[in-house]
Amino acid sequence: MKIEQREQGMAAILEGELGHREALEAMRSLEDAIDSYAPSSLELDFSGVSFMDSSGIAVVVQAARQMQAAGGSLAVSGASRQAMRVFSAAGVPRLVRFIGWEEKK
Amino acid sequence: MKQLINQMTLRFDSRSVNEGFARVSAAAFIAPLDPTIDELNDLKTAVSEAVTNCIVHAYPDRVGTIVMTARIYEQGIVEFTIRDRGKGIEDIDRARQPLFTTGGRERSGMGFTIMESFMDSLTVRSSPGKGVTVRMRKRLSPRAGGSQT
Repeated sequence: MKIEQREQGMAAILEGELGHREALEAMRSLEDAIDSYAPSSLELDFSGVSFMDSSGIAVVVQAARQMQAAGGSLAVSGASRQAMRVFSAAGVPRLVRFIGWEEKK
Repeated sequence: MKQLINQMTLRFDSRSVNEGFARVSAAAFIAPLDPTIDELNDLKTAVSEAVTNCIVHAYPDRVGTIVMTARIYEQGIVEFTIRDRGKGIEDIDRARQPLFTTGGRERSGMGFTIMESFMDSLTVRSSPGKGVTVRMRKRLSPRAGGSQT
């Protein structure tokens, strides 16, 4: 996972298949990055994620909780149709903003 | 029950790297049915959830064996059975509830919910100490060109 500082806050770029092990690594890196940089907004860029199961839900929900506790905002961008079906089945779009999928809420 | 057309069984270690192996194998096996991309992804996701459960919950402290059987029945019905011999589930009804997890904040507790939403049917059998058997079934949409005999 890559972390980028952007004008509008921080972006985390996730790549590859997001299973249990990859999700754990992403969750730990994100936790550290949010702690270290305390960004006002965080974008989780899923455009490079080729597959994810419910492990990916924990990554987003955990980051959203942490950002909320710090008074910041979180959005997910670039989620594939496959990832979006997983997020939707779990009701995550009711809690988190998904850039590009607003109409599917 | 419809007539069985084809089946295969895989036995593999409960290592995280095998989540990918299991879902890709499942997808390859049902490819002759010419599933839609959504159907293929739903099946892969459901298999991934079941296998991840074995790795995270059945064998939390050791590498155990996971057995996956895939069956194709007539009229495009596919069935996956994923079995472990791990620690088992004490309360299956509770385990199937959305958001319930014994995996802490690292797990979403949505694995069974995803399997239920992406498949037509899901049965879970378990005895504590003896492992879990998950069986899930889905009927694929009929498609021109698919060999759904």
